[in-house]
Amino acid sequence: MSTVATGLSAIDRLDRLARLDTAVHRVDPRAKVITTAVFVVCVVSHGKYDLLGLLPFAVFPVVLATEGGLPLGFLGRLLLMASPFALIMGVFNPLFDQEVVAHVGSVAVTGGWLSYASIILRFLLTVAAALVLTATTSFAGICLALEKLKVPDVFVTQLLLLYRYIFVLGDEAGRMAQARRLRSFGSRGMGWRVYGQMLGQLLLRTFARAQRIYLAMKCRGFDGEIRLARTLRFRAADLAFTLLWSAAFIAFRLVDVPLALGRLITGLTG
Amino acid sequence: MSHHTISVRDLGFAYPDGTQALDGVSFEAGHGEAIAVVGANGAGKSTLLLHLNGLLTPQRGSVDIGGIPVTKGTLPEIRRTVGMVFQDPDDQLFMPTVAEDVGFGPLNLGLSPEGVAARVAAALARVGAEHLAERPPYRLSGGEKRAVAIATVLAMEPNVLVMDEPSSGLDPRARRRLLGLLQGFEHTRIVATHDLDLAAELCPRTIVMGGGRVLADRPTVDVFRDDELLERASLERPLGMLACPICGCSGDGPRSD
Repeated sequence: MSTVATGLSAIDRLDRLARLDTAVHRVDPRAKVITTAVFVVCVVSHGKYDLLGLLPFAVFPVVLATEGGLPLGFLGRLLLMASPFALIMGVFNPLFDQEVVAHVGSVAVTGGWLSYASIILRFLLTVAAALVLTATTSFAGICLALEKLKVPDVFVTQLLLLYRYIFVLGDEAGRMAQARRLRSFGSRGMGWRVYGQMLGQLLLRTFARAQRIYLAMKCRGFDGEIRLARTLRFRAADLAFTLLWSAAFIAFRLVDVPLALGRLITGLTG
Repeated sequence: MSHHTISVRDLGFAYPDGTQALDGVSFEAGHGEAIAVVGANGAGKSTLLLHLNGLLTPQRGSVDIGGIPVTKGTLPEIRRTVGMVFQDPDDQLFMPTVAEDVGFGPLNLGLSPEGVAARVAAALARVGAEHLAERPPYRLSGGEKRAVAIATVLAMEPNVLVMDEPSSGLDPRARRRLLGLLQGFEHTRIVATHDLDLAAELCPRTIVMGGGRVLADRPTVDVFRDDELLERASLERPLGMLACPICGCSGDGPRSD
């Protein structure tokens, strides 16, 4: 299977997981979207060299994933698939920042390595939270929440259509790649040049399809706004979910929990 | 006045690149008629269809639906009256679930949530796709996608159905089911197709197009017996009207010789 197909089947599986029925799935999409947003802001706004202070945040994705009955192995694989981005993004930190900031036993730890580790941890936390959100809410549910939260229609429409047509586009790209492979007989086809042309082709096809979709939408009275008939009910439990988790994140952000725990324990024993 | 009639007079249209796609097309369609539009690739079929609900506006001549001329001002009315089923159902099914897609048109018409739900249920039941309501469109089979695409149009309760290649990409059983469905409709139907057997079974009347003009507008049986006309339009007799290659039986009835 090609990488594109693997990626698409993963998205497909996320969507099917979103149709499970657990306590986490039943939480109002708006509550989950807001909570995840608070989570991301709190994680990202941590200091450059913070590492231990980030650890408590792992509670959120782990608890939601287990309570939501999500297969942890599958989520882990998705995290790995997305991780090269973060690994490359911070790769120069250890080179540029060589100041020693701590010692673990006899090993000196430089600021660069610490900030690199912090970047990776932040990446893992935020992406895991986003994956858990998608797998317990469904992409359409997230779009609905965004619409009800008064995010401008343009963005919601874009997201909805992006999600709908990523499969069609992926299939099309897959068929083109296959057609090239079938006639390149194990060699590299005509080299990299041909990929540029294929991308151009794909773009032109996308334009043509976008035009046809727009016509089909106009035929059914589209006036720039996609109306969704689903209704949502924000219950007291949803409010509690949002407030409690958000309060926890803000506490994690303001108080260094591992440090406080350490002090507590040493204080007790000492 | 009946909304089910179509009147096309001296319709002409050229694309920006200069291609004269339609050149003086005229025809009338009465209440409840089923008309096939056949012709070679590039004969102007699709361009004609796009005029029937105002996706293209006439450069010359006029199009009237139920006595209302197609102009910018009448577009909402025209699009409620004329339902269009596109060739590729993927272009037509753009919402996250089948039910939401079928409800898209009625919601835009400003119906209440209950009204929309009733329309969705009725349209899906009409095409036998109730069980697909909560499925995302990308995971349907070709035949299911086609049925749902038709339901999205039926939910608008149009009087005229315009279809572009409704049987393309369907397996024989799905095609047969579609044929049965279309035969059961009381709408005025305009079907552009290369599936000449479908045309022969579904439509008593056929319009043959070539080079942007109407080459013939006659009963379907006559059209498909006129070999000279078919040759001129780059068409062939439908398989159902050809002599059987194995036993030699003629599609026109028992052989006389």
